[in-house]
Amino acid sequence: MKALVWHGKEDIRCDTVTDPEIQDPRDAIIKVTSCAICGSDLHLFHNFIPGMLPGDIMGHETMGEVVEVGSGVDGKLKKGERIVVPFTIICGECDQCKRGNFSVCETTNRKRHLADKVFGHTTAGLFGYTHLTGGYPGGQAEYLRVPYADATHIKVPAGIPDEQLLFLSDIFPTGWQAAVQCDIKPTDTVAIWGCGPVGQMAIRSAILLGANQVIAIDCLPERLSMAEAGGATTINFETESVVGRLNELTEDKGPEKCIDCVGMESHVVSSLPDSLLDRTKQMVMLESDRPHVLREMIYVCRPGGIISVPGVYSGFSDMLPMGAFMNKGLTMRTGQTHVNRWTDDLLRRIEEGEIDPSFVITHTVPLSQGPEMYQVFRDKRDSCVKVVLKP
Amino acid sequence: MFHFSNIVRTKGDPKILEGGPSLKRPEDQLARALGWFSIGLGVVELFAPRRLTATLGMEGHEPLVRAFGVREILAGIMSLSVDRNAGLWARVGGDGLDAAALLSGLTSDNPKKGNIALALLMVGGIAMLDYRAAQDTKPRRPPREARRKLYPNRSGFPKGLANARSGAKQIAAQATAERS
Repeated sequence: MKALVWHGKEDIRCDTVTDPEIQDPRDAIIKVTSCAICGSDLHLFHNFIPGMLPGDIMGHETMGEVVEVGSGVDGKLKKGERIVVPFTIICGECDQCKRGNFSVCETTNRKRHLADKVFGHTTAGLFGYTHLTGGYPGGQAEYLRVPYADATHIKVPAGIPDEQLLFLSDIFPTGWQAAVQCDIKPTDTVAIWGCGPVGQMAIRSAILLGANQVIAIDCLPERLSMAEAGGATTINFETESVVGRLNELTEDKGPEKCIDCVGMESHVVSSLPDSLLDRTKQMVMLESDRPHVLREMIYVCRPGGIISVPGVYSGFSDMLPMGAFMNKGLTMRTGQTHVNRWTDDLLRRIEEGEIDPSFVITHTVPLSQGPEMYQVFRDKRDSCVKVVLKP
Repeated sequence: MFHFSNIVRTKGDPKILEGGPSLKRPEDQLARALGWFSIGLGVVELFAPRRLTATLGMEGHEPLVRAFGVREILAGIMSLSVDRNAGLWARVGGDGLDAAALLSGLTSDNPKKGNIALALLMVGGIAMLDYRAAQDTKPRRPPREARRKLYPNRSGFPKGLANARSGAKQIAAQATAERS
Protein backbone atom coordinates (compact mmCIF):
# COMPACT_ATOMS: atom_id res chain seq x y z
CA MET A 1 0.00 0.00 0.00
CA LYS A 2 0.98 3.66 -0.29
CA ALA A 3 1.73 5.57 2.91
CA LEU A 4 3.35 8.83 3.99
CA VAL A 5 6.54 7.80 5.74
CA TRP A 6 8.83 9.86 8.02
CA HIS A 7 12.46 9.68 6.91
CA GLY A 8 13.92 12.50 8.98
CA LYS A 9 13.65 16.21 9.52
CA GLU A 10 11.54 17.79 6.76
CA ASP A 11 11.65 14.54 4.83
CA ILE A 12 8.33 12.77 4.41
CA ARG A 13 7.88 10.52 1.40
CA CYS A 14 5.02 8.66 -0.19
CA ASP A 15 6.45 5.14 -0.06
CA THR A 16 5.11 1.72 -0.93
CA VAL A 17 4.99 -0.34 2.27
CA THR A 18 3.69 -3.74 3.28
CA ASP A 19 -0.02 -3.93 4.08
CA PRO A 20 -0.95 -4.00 7.77
CA GLU A 21 -2.09 -7.31 9.22
CA ILE A 22 -4.13 -8.36 12.20
CA GLN A 23 -1.58 -8.88 15.01
CA ASP A 24 -3.90 -9.19 17.98
CA PRO A 25 -7.45 -10.51 18.34
CA ARG A 26 -8.63 -6.99 19.28
CA ASP A 27 -7.29 -5.48 16.02
CA ALA A 28 -9.21 -4.34 12.98
CA ILE A 29 -8.01 -3.15 9.60
CA ILE A 30 -9.68 -0.25 7.84
CA LYS A 31 -9.47 0.92 4.26
CA VAL A 32 -8.80 4.62 4.67
CA THR A 33 -11.21 6.86 2.79
CA SER A 34 -9.97 10.23 4.13
CA CYS A 35 -7.15 11.44 6.32
CA ALA A 36 -5.73 14.84 7.19
CA ILE A 37 -2.50 16.62 8.08
CA CYS A 38 -2.60 18.02 11.61
CA GLY A 39 -0.63 20.94 13.04
CA SER A 40 1.06 18.51 15.43
CA ASP A 41 2.30 16.52 12.42
CA LEU A 42 4.39 19.61 11.66
CA HIS A 43 6.19 19.22 15.01
CA LEU A 44 7.22 15.75 13.80
CA PHE A 45 8.05 17.13 10.35
CA HIS A 46 10.45 19.55 12.06
CA ASN A 47 11.75 16.77 14.31
CA PHE A 48 10.96 18.80 17.43
CA ILE A 49 9.33 15.84 19.16
CA PRO A 50 11.85 13.17 20.10
CA GLY A 51 11.39 9.49 19.46
CA MET A 52 10.64 9.26 15.72
CA LEU A 53 12.37 6.64 13.57
CA PRO A 54 12.85 6.53 9.80
CA GLY A 55 10.14 4.28 8.43
CA ASP A 56 7.38 5.48 10.78
CA ILE A 57 4.04 6.07 9.04
CA MET A 58 2.51 9.49 9.74
CA GLY A 59 -1.06 10.51 10.44
CA HIS A 60 -3.57 10.50 13.26
CA GLU A 61 -6.70 11.99 11.67
CA THR A 62 -8.21 9.11 9.77
CA MET A 63 -11.50 7.50 8.84
CA GLY A 64 -12.51 4.62 6.65
CA GLU A 65 -14.32 1.35 6.18
CA VAL A 66 -13.66 -1.77 8.24
CA VAL A 67 -12.30 -4.51 5.99
CA GLU A 68 -11.07 -7.05 8.55
CA VAL A 69 -11.68 -7.67 12.26
CA GLY A 70 -9.86 -9.83 14.78
CA SER A 71 -11.56 -12.58 16.71
CA GLY A 72 -11.50 -10.55 19.93
CA VAL A 73 -13.46 -7.58 18.66
CA ASP A 74 -16.58 -9.41 19.87
CA GLY A 75 -19.00 -8.06 17.33
CA LYS A 76 -18.44 -4.48 18.41
CA LEU A 77 -17.21 -3.75 14.92
CA LYS A 78 -18.18 -5.48 11.68
CA LYS A 79 -16.77 -5.61 8.19
CA GLY A 80 -18.20 -2.84 6.04
CA GLU A 81 -18.92 -0.46 8.93
CA ARG A 82 -17.79 3.14 8.56
CA ILE A 83 -15.67 4.49 11.39
CA VAL A 84 -13.69 7.53 12.38
CA VAL A 85 -10.51 6.56 14.24
CA PRO A 86 -9.78 8.64 17.35
CA PHE A 87 -6.11 9.60 17.52
CA THR A 88 -5.87 8.23 21.06
CA ILE A 89 -5.81 4.44 21.21
CA ILE A 90 -7.94 3.25 24.15
CA CYS A 91 -8.60 -0.06 25.85
CA GLY A 92 -11.88 1.00 27.45
CA GLU A 93 -11.12 -1.13 30.50
CA CYS A 94 -8.41 0.50 32.61
CA ASP A 95 -9.05 2.91 35.51
CA GLN A 96 -8.41 5.97 33.35
CA CYS A 97 -10.64 4.82 30.50
CA LYS A 98 -13.41 4.07 33.00
CA ARG A 99 -13.12 7.66 34.26
CA GLY A 100 -13.28 8.97 30.69
CA ASN A 101 -9.63 10.04 30.76
CA PHE A 102 -9.01 8.27 27.49
CA SER A 103 -5.86 10.16 26.47
CA VAL A 104 -4.07 8.75 29.49
CA CYS A 105 -5.20 5.15 28.97
CA GLU A 106 -2.86 2.96 31.01
CA THR A 107 -2.86 0.01 28.64
CA THR A 108 -2.36 1.00 25.03
CA ASN A 109 1.13 2.52 24.94
CA ARG A 110 3.14 -0.50 23.82
CA LYS A 111 6.38 1.37 24.66
CA ARG A 112 5.27 2.53 28.06
CA HIS A 113 8.77 2.06 29.49
CA LEU A 114 9.81 5.10 27.40
CA ALA A 115 6.85 7.23 28.50
CA ASP A 116 7.36 6.18 32.13
CA LYS A 117 10.94 7.44 31.95
CA VAL A 118 10.22 10.67 30.10
CA PHE A 119 6.81 11.71 31.49
CA GLY A 120 6.88 9.94 34.84
CA HIS A 121 3.88 7.82 33.89
CA THR A 122 2.63 6.49 30.61
CA THR A 123 -0.07 8.09 28.51
CA ALA A 124 -2.20 6.47 25.81
CA GLY A 125 -0.81 5.07 22.61
CA LEU A 126 -1.26 7.46 19.68
CA PHE A 127 -1.39 6.81 15.95
CA GLY A 128 1.39 8.15 13.73
CA TYR A 129 3.28 9.83 16.52
CA THR A 130 6.49 9.45 18.48
CA HIS A 131 7.62 6.12 19.93
CA LEU A 132 7.11 7.73 23.35
CA THR A 133 3.43 7.15 22.65
CA GLY A 134 3.83 3.68 21.21
CA GLY A 135 5.14 4.42 17.72
CA TYR A 136 1.97 3.03 16.15
CA PRO A 137 1.82 3.32 12.34
CA GLY A 138 -0.42 6.20 11.36
CA GLY A 139 -3.34 6.68 9.06
CA GLN A 140 -1.89 8.73 6.22
CA ALA A 141 -2.00 5.51 4.26
CA GLU A 142 -4.33 3.34 2.21
CA TYR A 143 -4.93 0.94 5.10
CA LEU A 144 -4.61 1.24 8.86
CA ARG A 145 -4.41 -1.36 11.59
CA VAL A 146 -6.53 -0.19 14.51
CA PRO A 147 -5.36 -1.79 17.78
CA TYR A 148 -7.93 -2.26 20.55
CA ALA A 149 -10.46 -1.68 17.78
CA ASP A 150 -13.38 -2.84 19.92
CA ALA A 151 -12.94 0.41 21.90
CA THR A 152 -10.89 2.62 19.58
CA HIS A 153 -13.50 3.70 17.07
CA ILE A 154 -16.34 6.11 16.47
CA LYS A 155 -19.08 4.57 14.36
CA VAL A 156 -20.54 7.08 11.94
CA PRO A 157 -23.67 6.85 9.82
CA ALA A 158 -23.83 6.70 6.04
CA GLY A 159 -25.13 9.75 4.23
CA ILE A 160 -22.85 12.32 5.82
CA PRO A 161 -19.74 13.15 3.78
CA ASP A 162 -16.31 12.23 5.13
CA GLU A 163 -15.37 15.91 5.25
CA GLN A 164 -17.97 16.59 7.95
CA LEU A 165 -17.00 13.60 10.08
CA LEU A 166 -13.23 13.23 9.68
CA PHE A 167 -12.36 15.86 12.28
CA LEU A 168 -14.11 13.89 15.03
CA SER A 169 -10.77 12.04 15.04
CA ASP A 170 -8.91 14.97 16.60
CA ILE A 171 -9.30 18.70 15.92
CA PHE A 172 -13.03 19.04 16.61
CA PRO A 173 -13.00 17.28 20.01
CA THR A 174 -9.65 18.96 20.74
CA GLY A 175 -11.12 22.43 20.20
CA TRP A 176 -14.23 21.37 22.10
CA GLN A 177 -12.33 19.98 25.09
CA ALA A 178 -10.24 23.17 25.18
CA ALA A 179 -13.43 25.20 25.49
CA VAL A 180 -15.17 22.82 27.92
CA GLN A 181 -12.08 22.92 30.18
CA CYS A 182 -12.69 26.68 30.49
CA ASP A 183 -16.07 26.24 32.27
CA ILE A 184 -17.47 28.98 30.06
CA LYS A 185 -20.11 31.22 31.66
CA PRO A 186 -22.51 33.43 29.67
CA THR A 187 -20.63 36.56 30.76
CA ASP A 188 -17.17 35.26 29.87
CA THR A 189 -14.69 36.58 27.37
CA VAL A 190 -12.65 33.73 25.88
CA ALA A 191 -9.36 34.65 24.21
CA ILE A 192 -7.90 32.09 21.81
CA TRP A 193 -4.29 32.24 20.64
CA GLY A 194 -3.76 30.66 17.21
CA CYS A 195 -6.34 30.42 14.44
CA GLY A 196 -5.11 27.21 12.87
CA PRO A 197 -7.52 24.27 12.59
CA VAL A 198 -7.70 23.61 16.37
CA GLY A 199 -8.09 27.34 17.07
CA GLN A 200 -10.95 27.52 14.56
CA MET A 201 -12.69 24.60 16.27
CA ALA A 202 -12.13 26.17 19.69
CA ILE A 203 -13.72 29.42 18.49
CA ARG A 204 -16.86 27.58 17.29
CA SER A 205 -16.93 25.50 20.46
CA ALA A 206 -16.73 28.60 22.68
CA ILE A 207 -19.63 30.13 20.71
CA LEU A 208 -21.68 26.93 21.06
CA LEU A 209 -20.92 26.84 24.78
CA GLY A 210 -22.33 30.35 25.16
CA ALA A 211 -19.33 32.65 25.61
CA ASN A 212 -20.26 36.32 25.68
CA GLN A 213 -17.24 37.34 23.61
CA VAL A 214 -14.63 35.30 21.73
CA ILE A 215 -11.35 36.96 20.76
CA ALA A 216 -8.97 35.25 18.33
CA ILE A 217 -5.27 36.09 17.92
CA ASP A 218 -3.14 35.31 14.87
CA CYS A 219 -1.24 37.14 12.14
CA LEU A 220 -2.46 35.49 8.94
CA PRO A 221 -5.29 37.29 7.15
CA GLU A 222 -6.93 34.11 5.85
CA ARG A 223 -7.07 32.57 9.31
CA LEU A 224 -8.28 35.79 10.91
CA SER A 225 -11.03 36.07 8.28
CA MET A 226 -12.14 32.51 9.04
CA ALA A 227 -12.10 33.29 12.77
CA GLU A 228 -14.25 36.36 12.21
CA ALA A 229 -16.68 34.30 10.15
CA GLY A 230 -17.01 31.99 13.15
CA GLY A 231 -17.97 34.84 15.45
CA ALA A 232 -14.65 36.00 16.90
CA THR A 233 -13.28 39.49 17.31
CA THR A 234 -9.76 39.31 15.93
CA ILE A 235 -6.35 40.65 16.90
CA ASN A 236 -3.43 40.63 14.47
CA PHE A 237 -0.39 40.34 16.73
CA GLU A 238 1.91 41.71 14.07
CA THR A 239 0.10 45.02 13.86
CA GLU A 240 -1.51 45.36 17.31
CA SER A 241 -0.51 44.91 20.92
CA VAL A 242 -2.18 41.73 22.10
CA VAL A 243 -2.17 42.73 25.76
CA GLY A 244 -3.35 46.27 24.99
CA ARG A 245 -6.21 45.13 22.75
CA LEU A 246 -7.32 42.37 25.12
CA ASN A 247 -7.46 44.82 28.00
CA GLU A 248 -9.31 47.31 25.82
CA LEU A 249 -11.90 44.69 24.85
CA THR A 250 -12.43 43.62 28.47
CA GLU A 251 -12.58 47.01 30.22
CA ASP A 252 -9.00 46.55 31.42
CA LYS A 253 -9.87 43.38 33.32
CA GLY A 254 -8.44 40.78 30.92
CA PRO A 255 -10.22 37.75 29.51
CA GLU A 256 -11.57 35.28 32.07
CA LYS A 257 -10.65 32.33 29.90
CA CYS A 258 -7.56 31.87 27.70
CA ILE A 259 -6.92 29.03 25.26
CA ASP A 260 -3.48 28.22 23.79
CA CYS A 261 -3.99 26.65 20.35
CA VAL A 262 -0.40 27.36 19.34
CA GLY A 263 1.85 25.16 21.45
CA MET A 264 5.58 24.66 21.22
CA GLU A 265 6.28 26.41 17.91
CA SER A 266 4.96 29.90 18.54
CA HIS A 267 5.83 32.57 15.97
CA VAL A 268 9.28 34.13 16.16
CA VAL A 269 9.14 37.85 15.45
CA SER A 270 11.59 40.63 16.19
CA SER A 271 8.95 42.62 18.09
CA LEU A 272 8.77 39.79 20.66
CA PRO A 273 12.30 39.44 22.11
CA ASP A 274 11.35 36.41 24.20
CA SER A 275 10.37 34.56 21.03
CA LEU A 276 13.82 35.21 19.55
CA LEU A 277 15.52 34.00 22.71
CA ASP A 278 13.32 30.88 22.80
CA ARG A 279 14.17 30.06 19.18
CA THR A 280 17.87 30.43 19.86
CA LYS A 281 17.69 28.21 22.92
CA GLN A 282 15.58 25.66 21.08
CA MET A 283 18.13 25.55 18.28
CA VAL A 284 21.03 24.79 20.63
CA MET A 285 18.84 22.36 22.58
CA LEU A 286 18.71 24.38 25.79
CA GLU A 287 14.91 24.45 25.63
CA SER A 288 12.51 22.21 23.73
CA ASP A 289 9.44 24.47 23.52
CA ARG A 290 8.78 28.12 22.67
CA PRO A 291 6.24 29.15 25.31
CA HIS A 292 5.59 32.80 24.34
CA VAL A 293 1.84 32.20 24.28
CA LEU A 294 1.83 30.65 27.77
CA ARG A 295 3.69 33.68 29.13
CA GLU A 296 1.30 36.11 27.46
CA MET A 297 -1.78 34.22 28.63
CA ILE A 298 -0.59 34.16 32.25
CA TYR A 299 0.15 37.88 32.05
CA VAL A 300 -3.14 38.97 30.52
CA CYS A 301 -5.63 36.49 32.02
CA ARG A 302 -8.05 37.93 34.55
CA PRO A 303 -7.17 36.93 38.15
CA GLY A 304 -9.04 33.78 39.09
CA GLY A 305 -9.28 32.85 35.42
CA ILE A 306 -8.65 29.61 33.57
CA ILE A 307 -5.95 28.80 31.06
CA SER A 308 -6.63 25.88 28.75
CA VAL A 309 -3.80 24.36 26.75
CA PRO A 310 -4.67 22.04 23.85
CA GLY A 311 -1.53 23.19 21.99
CA VAL A 312 1.21 20.55 22.00
CA TYR A 313 4.30 20.97 24.19
CA SER A 314 7.00 18.33 24.09
CA GLY A 315 9.41 18.89 26.93
CA PHE A 316 10.81 21.89 28.74
CA SER A 317 9.77 25.55 28.72
CA ASP A 318 11.82 28.35 30.27
CA MET A 319 10.89 31.54 32.04
CA LEU A 320 7.25 30.88 32.75
CA PRO A 321 5.99 33.65 35.04
CA MET A 322 5.00 31.41 37.93
CA GLY A 323 4.79 34.42 40.23
CA ALA A 324 1.96 35.92 38.20
CA PHE A 325 0.39 32.50 37.73
CA MET A 326 0.34 31.82 41.48
CA ASN A 327 -0.55 35.29 42.73
CA LYS A 328 -3.39 35.70 40.23
CA GLY A 329 -4.84 32.36 41.32
CA LEU A 330 -5.04 31.00 37.80
CA THR A 331 -6.02 27.46 36.89
CA MET A 332 -4.33 25.63 34.04
CA ARG A 333 -5.97 22.67 32.31
CA THR A 334 -4.13 20.75 29.65
CA GLY A 335 -3.90 17.39 27.99
CA GLN A 336 -4.19 15.41 24.84
CA THR A 337 -7.85 15.04 23.97
CA HIS A 338 -10.11 12.42 25.56
CA VAL A 339 -11.65 12.03 22.11
CA ASN A 340 -14.31 9.42 22.86
CA ARG A 341 -15.56 11.41 25.87
CA TRP A 342 -16.96 14.04 23.50
CA THR A 343 -17.72 12.36 20.19
CA ASP A 344 -21.31 11.16 20.86
CA ASP A 345 -22.36 14.75 21.61
CA LEU A 346 -20.34 16.22 18.73
CA LEU A 347 -21.63 13.66 16.22
CA ARG A 348 -25.20 14.56 17.28
CA ARG A 349 -24.43 18.25 16.73
CA ILE A 350 -23.12 17.49 13.24
CA GLU A 351 -26.15 15.30 12.42
CA GLU A 352 -28.53 18.02 13.61
CA GLY A 353 -26.79 20.64 11.48
CA GLU A 354 -25.65 22.68 14.44
CA ILE A 355 -22.07 22.69 13.12
CA ASP A 356 -20.30 21.57 9.97
CA PRO A 357 -16.57 21.11 10.67
CA SER A 358 -15.75 20.88 6.95
CA PHE A 359 -15.61 24.70 6.86
CA VAL A 360 -11.92 24.49 7.80
CA ILE A 361 -10.82 22.45 4.75
CA THR A 362 -8.94 24.54 2.21
CA HIS A 363 -7.09 21.83 0.28
CA THR A 364 -8.10 18.30 -0.76
CA VAL A 365 -5.46 16.32 -2.65
CA PRO A 366 -4.51 12.69 -3.38
CA LEU A 367 -2.35 10.95 -0.77
CA SER A 368 0.58 10.93 -3.20
CA GLN A 369 0.74 14.73 -2.97
CA GLY A 370 0.96 14.57 0.82
CA PRO A 371 4.69 15.30 1.12
CA GLU A 372 4.36 18.55 -0.86
CA MET A 373 1.30 19.50 1.17
CA TYR A 374 3.33 19.24 4.39
CA GLN A 375 5.47 22.06 2.99
CA VAL A 376 2.49 24.07 1.75
CA PHE A 377 0.78 23.77 5.15
CA ARG A 378 3.99 24.59 7.05
CA ASP A 379 4.78 27.61 4.85
CA LYS A 380 1.13 28.83 4.91
CA ARG A 381 1.28 28.96 1.13
CA ASP A 382 -1.88 29.32 -0.96
CA SER A 383 -3.81 30.45 2.16
CA CYS A 384 -3.69 26.86 3.42
CA VAL A 385 -5.53 26.16 6.67
CA LYS A 386 -6.36 22.45 6.53
CA VAL A 387 -5.33 19.67 4.15
CA VAL A 388 -7.39 16.53 3.56
CA LEU A 389 -5.72 13.62 1.78
CA LYS A 390 -7.57 11.03 -0.29
CA PRO A 391 -5.80 7.66 -0.59
CA MET B 1 19.87 3.32 31.42
CA PHE B 2 17.45 5.10 29.14
CA HIS B 3 18.64 6.24 25.74
CA PHE B 4 16.54 7.46 22.84
CA SER B 5 18.94 5.49 20.66
CA ASN B 6 17.50 2.29 22.15
CA ILE B 7 14.17 2.86 20.43
CA VAL B 8 13.37 0.31 17.76
CA ARG B 9 10.39 -0.11 15.47
CA THR B 10 7.98 -2.87 16.44
CA LYS B 11 8.17 -6.16 14.59
CA GLY B 12 5.08 -6.62 12.46
CA ASP B 13 4.63 -2.95 11.57
CA PRO B 14 4.58 -2.16 7.83
CA LYS B 15 7.98 -2.12 6.17
CA ILE B 16 9.11 -0.02 3.24
CA LEU B 17 9.06 -1.97 -0.05
CA GLU B 18 9.80 0.91 -2.38
CA GLY B 19 10.83 4.43 -1.40
CA GLY B 20 9.07 7.44 -2.86
CA PRO B 21 10.77 10.65 -3.97
CA SER B 22 12.37 12.76 -1.26
CA LEU B 23 11.42 16.36 -0.60
CA LYS B 24 15.09 17.16 -0.03
CA ARG B 25 16.57 19.31 -2.76
CA PRO B 26 20.29 19.49 -3.67
CA GLU B 27 20.47 22.91 -1.99
CA ASP B 28 19.21 21.34 1.25
CA GLN B 29 22.03 18.80 1.06
CA LEU B 30 24.51 21.61 0.39
CA ALA B 31 23.17 23.57 3.38
CA ARG B 32 23.57 20.48 5.55
CA ALA B 33 27.14 19.91 4.37
CA LEU B 34 28.01 23.56 5.02
CA GLY B 35 26.40 23.34 8.47
CA TRP B 36 28.57 20.38 9.48
CA PHE B 37 31.65 22.02 7.92
CA SER B 38 30.92 25.14 9.97
CA ILE B 39 30.69 23.14 13.19
CA GLY B 40 33.89 21.24 12.40
CA LEU B 41 35.84 24.41 11.61
CA GLY B 42 34.38 26.09 14.68
CA VAL B 43 35.55 23.27 16.94
CA VAL B 44 39.08 23.50 15.52
CA GLU B 45 39.11 27.30 15.96
CA LEU B 46 37.77 27.03 19.50
CA PHE B 47 40.09 24.29 20.75
CA ALA B 48 43.23 24.63 18.59
CA PRO B 49 43.61 28.35 17.90
CA ARG B 50 47.40 28.31 18.35
CA ARG B 51 47.86 25.81 15.57
CA LEU B 52 45.84 28.03 13.23
CA THR B 53 47.56 31.29 14.17
CA ALA B 54 50.98 29.62 13.82
CA THR B 55 50.06 28.32 10.36
CA LEU B 56 48.98 31.79 9.32
CA GLY B 57 51.78 33.68 11.03
CA MET B 58 49.24 35.57 13.11
CA GLU B 59 50.36 34.66 16.63
CA GLY B 60 48.66 36.64 19.39
CA HIS B 61 45.23 36.56 17.71
CA GLU B 62 44.07 33.42 19.55
CA PRO B 63 41.15 35.09 21.39
CA LEU B 64 39.78 36.35 18.06
CA VAL B 65 40.10 32.89 16.51
CA ARG B 66 38.27 31.39 19.50
CA ALA B 67 35.46 33.96 19.11
CA PHE B 68 35.24 33.09 15.41
CA GLY B 69 35.02 29.44 16.44
CA VAL B 70 31.98 30.12 18.59
CA ARG B 71 30.43 32.07 15.72
CA GLU B 72 31.09 29.18 13.31
CA ILE B 73 29.50 26.65 15.65
CA LEU B 74 26.37 28.76 16.16
CA ALA B 75 26.02 29.45 12.42
CA GLY B 76 26.52 25.73 11.76
CA ILE B 77 23.81 24.72 14.23
CA MET B 78 21.47 27.26 12.65
CA SER B 79 22.30 25.97 9.16
CA LEU B 80 21.27 22.47 10.23
CA SER B 81 17.99 23.65 11.75
CA VAL B 82 14.67 24.47 10.10
CA ASP B 83 15.90 28.09 10.02
CA ARG B 84 18.76 27.07 7.75
CA ASN B 85 18.44 30.16 5.57
CA ALA B 86 19.24 32.47 8.49
CA GLY B 87 22.20 30.23 9.36
CA LEU B 88 23.53 30.38 5.83
CA TRP B 89 23.28 34.18 5.70
CA ALA B 90 25.09 34.25 9.05
CA ARG B 91 27.80 32.18 7.40
CA VAL B 92 28.01 34.61 4.47
CA GLY B 93 28.50 37.46 6.96
CA GLY B 94 31.05 35.37 8.83
CA ASP B 95 32.97 34.75 5.60
CA GLY B 96 33.33 38.52 5.29
CA LEU B 97 34.73 38.74 8.80
CA ASP B 98 37.11 35.85 8.11
CA ALA B 99 38.35 37.55 4.94
CA ALA B 100 38.86 40.87 6.77
CA ALA B 101 40.80 39.18 9.56
CA LEU B 102 42.98 37.29 7.07
CA LEU B 103 43.66 40.46 5.05
CA SER B 104 44.86 42.19 8.21
CA GLY B 105 47.57 39.51 8.46
CA LEU B 106 48.62 39.79 4.83
CA THR B 107 51.58 42.05 5.51
CA SER B 108 54.97 42.00 3.80
CA ASP B 109 56.76 41.01 7.02
CA ASN B 110 54.57 37.92 7.57
CA PRO B 111 56.63 34.88 6.55
CA LYS B 112 53.42 32.79 6.24
CA LYS B 113 51.64 35.16 3.89
CA GLY B 114 51.49 32.40 1.29
CA ASN B 115 49.33 30.40 3.68
CA ILE B 116 47.12 33.44 4.21
CA ALA B 117 46.66 33.82 0.46
CA LEU B 118 45.65 30.15 0.28
CA ALA B 119 43.25 30.61 3.18
CA LEU B 120 41.73 33.65 1.48
CA LEU B 121 41.21 31.61 -1.65
CA MET B 122 39.42 28.94 0.40
CA VAL B 123 37.26 31.51 2.20
CA GLY B 124 36.32 32.96 -1.19
CA GLY B 125 35.29 29.55 -2.51
CA ILE B 126 33.30 28.68 0.62
CA ALA B 127 31.69 32.14 0.57
CA MET B 128 30.44 31.48 -2.95
CA LEU B 129 28.92 28.17 -1.83
CA ASP B 130 27.39 29.84 1.23
CA TYR B 131 25.89 32.60 -0.90
CA ARG B 132 24.54 30.12 -3.43
CA ALA B 133 22.99 27.95 -0.72
CA ALA B 134 21.52 30.99 1.06
CA GLN B 135 19.93 32.18 -2.19
CA ASP B 136 18.55 28.74 -3.03
CA THR B 137 17.08 28.01 0.39
CA LYS B 138 15.13 31.24 0.75
CA PRO B 139 11.96 30.52 2.75
CA ARG B 140 9.07 29.82 0.43
CA ARG B 141 6.60 31.52 2.72
CA PRO B 142 4.50 34.04 0.84
CA PRO B 143 5.39 37.64 1.70
CA ARG B 144 3.11 39.38 4.18
CA GLU B 145 1.83 41.74 1.52
CA ALA B 146 0.99 38.85 -0.84
CA ARG B 147 -2.63 38.68 -1.84
CA ARG B 148 -4.29 35.91 0.09
CA LYS B 149 -7.60 34.15 -0.14
CA LEU B 150 -9.92 35.15 2.65
CA TYR B 151 -12.67 32.99 4.08
CA PRO B 152 -15.38 35.39 5.31
CA ASN B 153 -18.21 32.98 4.53
CA ARG B 154 -16.91 29.96 6.39
CA SER B 155 -18.75 30.24 9.68
CA GLY B 156 -19.11 26.49 10.15
CA PHE B 157 -22.66 27.03 11.41
CA PRO B 158 -25.07 25.75 8.75
CA LYS B 159 -27.97 27.56 10.45
CA GLY B 160 -26.01 30.76 10.81
CA LEU B 161 -23.89 32.39 13.50
CA ALA B 162 -26.83 34.22 15.10
CA ASN B 163 -28.69 30.95 15.46
CA ALA B 164 -25.64 29.28 17.06
CA ARG B 165 -25.28 32.15 19.53
CA SER B 166 -28.95 32.29 20.48
CA GLY B 167 -29.14 28.50 20.84
CA ALA B 168 -26.22 28.58 23.26
CA LYS B 169 -27.75 31.44 25.24
CA GLN B 170 -31.07 29.60 25.55
CA ILE B 171 -29.30 26.50 26.85
CA ALA B 172 -27.28 28.61 29.31
CA ALA B 173 -30.40 30.41 30.55
CA GLN B 174 -32.17 27.05 30.94
CA ALA B 175 -29.27 25.69 32.96
CA THR B 176 -29.24 28.77 35.21
CA ALA B 177 -33.01 28.49 35.77
CA GLU B 178 -32.69 24.79 36.63
CA ARG B 179 -29.93 25.58 39.16
CA SER B 180 -32.00 28.26 40.86
